[in-house]
Amino acid sequence: MDLEFGTADEEFRAEVRAWLAEHVPAEPLPSLETEEGFARHREWERALGADRLSVVSWPEEYGGRGVSVLQWLVFEEEYYAAGAPGRVSQNGINLLAPTLLKHGTPEQLARVLPPMAAGEVIWAQAWSEPGAGSDLAALRATATRTDGGWLLNGQKTWSSRAAFADRGFGLFRSDPESERHRGLTYLMFPLDADGVTVRPIGRLDGKPAFAELFLDGVFVPDADVIGEPGKGWSVAMSTAGNERGLTLRSPGRFTAATERLVELWKERADPADTALRDRVADAWIRSRAYRLKGFETVSRDDDIGAESSLNKVFWSELDVALHETALDLLGADGELESEWLENYVFSLAGPIYAGTNEIQRNVIAERLLGLPRGAR
Amino acid sequence: MKFVLSQEQRMFAGTLRRLLAEAGTAKIVRAWAAGDHAPGRGLWSALAEAGLFAVAVPEEHGGAGFLPVELVAAMEEVGRAAAPGPYVETLAAAELLGRAGDTVWLPRIAAGDALVSIGVPHALDADAADLVLAPGGTERASSGGPLTSLDPARRLFRVEAGDEHGTPEFGVLMCAAQQLGLGRALLDVTVEYARTRQQFGRPIGEYQAVKHHLAGAMVELEFARPLLYGAALAYGTPEFGRDVAAAKVAASDASYGAAKIALQVHGAIGYTDEYDPSLWIRKARALHSAWGTPAEHRARVAASL
Repeated sequence: MDLEFGTADEEFRAEVRAWLAEHVPAEPLPSLETEEGFARHREWERALGADRLSVVSWPEEYGGRGVSVLQWLVFEEEYYAAGAPGRVSQNGINLLAPTLLKHGTPEQLARVLPPMAAGEVIWAQAWSEPGAGSDLAALRATATRTDGGWLLNGQKTWSSRAAFADRGFGLFRSDPESERHRGLTYLMFPLDADGVTVRPIGRLDGKPAFAELFLDGVFVPDADVIGEPGKGWSVAMSTAGNERGLTLRSPGRFTAATERLVELWKERADPADTALRDRVADAWIRSRAYRLKGFETVSRDDDIGAESSLNKVFWSELDVALHETALDLLGADGELESEWLENYVFSLAGPIYAGTNEIQRNVIAERLLGLPRGAR
Repeated sequence: MKFVLSQEQRMFAGTLRRLLAEAGTAKIVRAWAAGDHAPGRGLWSALAEAGLFAVAVPEEHGGAGFLPVELVAAMEEVGRAAAPGPYVETLAAAELLGRAGDTVWLPRIAAGDALVSIGVPHALDADAADLVLAPGGTERASSGGPLTSLDPARRLFRVEAGDEHGTPEFGVLMCAAQQLGLGRALLDVTVEYARTRQQFGRPIGEYQAVKHHLAGAMVELEFARPLLYGAALAYGTPEFGRDVAAAKVAASDASYGAAKIALQVHGAIGYTDEYDPSLWIRKARALHSAWGTPAEHRARVAASL
């Protein structure tokens, strides 16, 4: 057992750190949940992609560097420590790409991944529907067989990034007789196609972080089906597992945020306020716990499977607590627009999406602790 | 980077776990609480034979070398079984005596024929101990009869005041490891209870309210563990004190949290003296404030930032 980085890890860290020191914008970019901010973040993705730093763990042929998961964690630590912009391409990179790498055809990989890595095509996820949030098996939007492809009909909602993105991916019911998780197909589709209406939805602070999609006979060629038609559920679950593991929220995000929280505390806090001091200490302790847990995860050879639900609950609650502490340290200024407030609003979504924390606790109880399944 | 226990380390912990499980510690705990040290001494010797104390003592003094990671793994098992006796104190003493270059006590500790206590501030099991130390490592005598602890198996004694201050950091780490094992045992026994205990015609573990309590306890315990092993690896570095304090906060809160949930899910039976899980529940609360309260350790972490 050790926590030592190897020479190659340290060299990679130094390279990433030097690149970020040179390229990270001096002024923070406008919020990526605005049209202008989205465009500026897309430029940033292109800059990352140009030096093959947008997807370091991918194979080289698709724009990555083929580095280890540990080195990806190192990249993330440096990325957030440098205060680099949020990742507008996160949905594609973290949710779609792992699925394609596992289930995609060589043609799909060659066509989809390089433009994603280069920041040329930004992807929106289209999982949820008005009647299906965490219960994805309740999906009703349909994919109907037609010549050379499929016709999509129905409604998707809470589609992250869809207000300004280029393409979407999600599950559709391809067998109208099917129930629950059977007869679903995983498809990619353009957001500017005939029959697609995008209606941006404001999140809690009014910014259009997601959108509703109305689909009316949208044609998708067979080439854009991922995996086998009708087997979309099992294809998608490999993505969901990925999302709930480390890739969605790498530890670097929290260690960097904690460093800034400590600075804020030293600048603003009343030294006699031990309640706030304890909350800052807790943020530090929990960020460290998540970081070390990440190293444990990458040290293991096996698939962590349902254990990713432990991560999801832990990081999402840490994220909220950390940002609440920052706003409390800001006192009366806490409600004013700031990076802290932007990140606080973002953190509030954590316990809700990617399977609510209630769903995650059921998974932990049933699959990790072996408690009986209850009535659903 | 390989931040998981090696196969040898897992085997070592597994051996201790089996030995403790076979010993059936609940009756040993009850005997110890009543002042009968013989069964506890027997378990102590058996664990010593399996190498528990050897990994706290350098080779030149009859040990296997001072191995912090192995000691954390071992104390997790001692905590899981709620074994009574000054384990934390003896291991903390071994670390202090090792640094002081002691040659008299270390071989005896390694062999399992010396129980050592430390006044932090009270001395645990001073009546059973062969040596009682002040926190700084100097010899002290204890006085008076045992103080009454919530955990009757923790027989605490006053120690003659000395001018040494502070709490040995290594003992804090050992206590945290004991707490983690204790908390995990409480979670496991409560899960088993929730799987079988029926109310309103179903096992209570089918109810989401119960599930979510137990899942929450597991999250806290599983994220306390890496802090403990991270602190063990920091032994001998300037960050050790900070990392130990962080580990103690997490282990205390996770373990005590698991105890509260164990009590709630067990209901009245968990609140009953003669039912064994109560021994674990009481110890979890006692250890919550032993070797420094969470508030003290949070302050220590904050001071290091």
